[in-house]
Amino acid sequence: MKRTVVTGVGVVAPGGTSRDSFWEMITAGRTATRRISFFDPSGFRSQIAAEADFDPRAAGLTDEEAARMDRYIQFAAVAALEALRDGGLDLALVDRDRMGISLGSAVGGTTYLENGYLAVSDHGKEWLVDPTKAWPYLYNAIIPSSLASELALKFNLHGPSAVISTGCTSGIDAIGYAHNLIQDGEATVMIAGASESPISPISMACFDPIRATSSRNDDPAHASRPFDLERDGFVMGEGGAVLLLEELEHARARGAHIYCEIVGFASRGNAFHMTGLKPDGLDMAEAIMDALQQSGLAPEAIGYINAHGSGTKQNDRHETAAYKRTLGQHAYNVPISSIKSMIGHSLGGIGALEMAACALVIERGVIPPTANYEHPDPECDLDYTPKVARRRRVDAVLSTGSGFGGFQSAMIFARPKELAS
Amino acid sequence: MSRRAVITGLGVVAPNGIGTEQYWAATRAGRPGIRRISRFDPSRYATQLAGEVEGFTPTDYIDQRLIVQTDRWTWMDLAAAKMALDDAGIVPAQEEPYQMSVVTASGSGGNEFGQKEIQNLWGKGPIFVGAYQSIAWFYAASTGQISIKHGMKGASGVIISEAAGGLDALAQARRAIRRGVSIVVSGAGEAPIGPYALTCQMQNGRLSTRTDPGTAYRPFDADASGYIPGEGSAILLVEELEHSRARGNGQIYGEIIGHGATQDGYHHSAFAPDGRQFARAMRLALDSAGIGPGDVDAIIADASGVPEGDRLEAQAIKEVFGSRAAEVPVTSTKATVGRLYAGGSALDVATALLAIRDGVLPPLLNLEQPAEGCELNFVTGGERPARLDTILINARGYGGFNSALVVRRYVD
Repeated sequence: MKRTVVTGVGVVAPGGTSRDSFWEMITAGRTATRRISFFDPSGFRSQIAAEADFDPRAAGLTDEEAARMDRYIQFAAVAALEALRDGGLDLALVDRDRMGISLGSAVGGTTYLENGYLAVSDHGKEWLVDPTKAWPYLYNAIIPSSLASELALKFNLHGPSAVISTGCTSGIDAIGYAHNLIQDGEATVMIAGASESPISPISMACFDPIRATSSRNDDPAHASRPFDLERDGFVMGEGGAVLLLEELEHARARGAHIYCEIVGFASRGNAFHMTGLKPDGLDMAEAIMDALQQSGLAPEAIGYINAHGSGTKQNDRHETAAYKRTLGQHAYNVPISSIKSMIGHSLGGIGALEMAACALVIERGVIPPTANYEHPDPECDLDYTPKVARRRRVDAVLSTGSGFGGFQSAMIFARPKELAS
Repeated sequence: MSRRAVITGLGVVAPNGIGTEQYWAATRAGRPGIRRISRFDPSRYATQLAGEVEGFTPTDYIDQRLIVQTDRWTWMDLAAAKMALDDAGIVPAQEEPYQMSVVTASGSGGNEFGQKEIQNLWGKGPIFVGAYQSIAWFYAASTGQISIKHGMKGASGVIISEAAGGLDALAQARRAIRRGVSIVVSGAGEAPIGPYALTCQMQNGRLSTRTDPGTAYRPFDADASGYIPGEGSAILLVEELEHSRARGNGQIYGEIIGHGATQDGYHHSAFAPDGRQFARAMRLALDSAGIGPGDVDAIIADASGVPEGDRLEAQAIKEVFGSRAAEVPVTSTKATVGRLYAGGSALDVATALLAIRDGVLPPLLNLEQPAEGCELNFVTGGERPARLDTILINARGYGGFNSALVVRRYVD
């Protein structure tokens, strides 16, 4: 099988709408969580989120793109522009029949759909909505495939393209799907990543009744508390990240800068519950073991774990168990962190933001911390890198994701052996 | 030799028949499932016809408890998945959980559920949004529910490329088989017939607004006026060949032998005017199958029903098949059941496998006078017996997705 390397990184995140500002923020341990400003959240149980201060036109999109693309697509388009620039890939010189797109999103165009609904339904009063009041791009909004097709259009790409939508593992899974296409020779270059803009009333409302989100409304900056004893749920976030993936020889032939190689990707289902997790971490452990086997690395070679770390009671316990089950004693030694403590949980988008962070960890030798970690939980007794980043060379990174629907995914990035000296 | 992906079970919920054989009998006989929308009053909508699944009782297939947690789209996917498992004779509880995967596609997710909850939110208030909105509306609902229902813990996924999704999901199922699992429940469903979902679809400019079910959706006809949406689900049981053999299974509908996917990368709604990428998807599918146009016994077309889309599909077929384009039979059941989006392309694969089994191609309804440029060997005027071993299935997704899949009769 062919090998996949990461040669470009682009990011639009809360608190940092570029790769470097994102990196500066997450290594500084700063949080971007705040009281929701996009709408009045007063009637909601959770009133906080990590919002991105993002202007599509200032970020390089045309007026037409800004009008047509829902916000989550705008994030991906801007992140892709940055990733391509970063990768130094001249699209005029690439075989665009062999360059595809794999992007993840859990909820797609729900923001546009919700706002569009208010227009046709007299603010939620009419079930038989009035089609004469329909917004022009409602169809683009109802089909999440627009995320991939808009980027294919923007960059005139003709390779295999799809959106991967596996809830909150969409980001890892989309990058994994792209990786598999490159491995199998179905594509040479892929724009891979994920994006989400779920800070809208309907998306906030749907997590309220199941108490998945934090209600620490009086202290938004410290509300996202992965692994902390006083955690009370995740804090909604938004954003997108794109990795430029290339087949190794293609990247070498053009002298591209290589961040890292994808050496393992696996996914499992817990087949247990759409939202619930058993504390044993068994199925996530299966995914981690599979990814490790693909990588050929010993557990001790993992120098950092980027955790799903959503900050729900059950997730952090489940994940901690999975690490112990797979890494043994090394689970206690390896630094772990959750960047959701700073940028919130952007559902289908977050996995790509986390993989972007992982590429930068290998590149820059700094481990971002878990912000707000103060009170150890006896059930979560590993090293979660509290509050302060650590400078350390890391050659291999494990990232995990867990999603509604029972999805459990794991991905390993490593410095290619050839570049490890 | 790499692990082979064969199809050993089918499950179909279609507007003209609930159950694989019911669908197939109606389709062969040319009994359409397109009629005036009955699930809500369509009077104020320009498009008033749809392929609705009538008489579908979800409790026949699903626990009551699950019904309130899921959208109609997932009900149909769960029903079709159960049919496919039963048809294949697979009892999931007797299989290794990590050897079973679920890969589905969806064009637009849990539409009706979503509309209801947005209505609750804005009409009544945030506390009226139900606890299941977070798991019913999103595109992963069907894959997740099928995985949980049947204890399937292998690598699973949801592949989205609008109407091409059914083929892309089945291609991913084949990759999963090649990477090591034994069983993949795969395919797609769609339930886009609700007031808001229909309003959204009408914005794409491709729906027919005619009210006569006999002429509203007529692919490749000079009088084509767009398509009529439909609902339903087609789930296929994709199995690794040796696993099928080991359990002494004697029923193999066929094998997935090739796939190709491309993107126009041309326009957010319009078809690329050259059809080059569509033709390339077909070529990739044939190349990856290790066959040439001469080996294809029939084509199941995307059958857009939009004049431009029909003309481009005919053109792409001519480009790929050359002199054989006039010979190879082309059909589609979309004029019979409507365009089921991702579910439609999965249903097309089921149709191809049934055609191979019975040696008969179902008719392409409503085609009387082929449009200029659409001179192909269409199956009109009733079903057509034929020796069928290899069938190419085409699908196009709005926004420029092209996909093609090749299935072949299984030979030992």
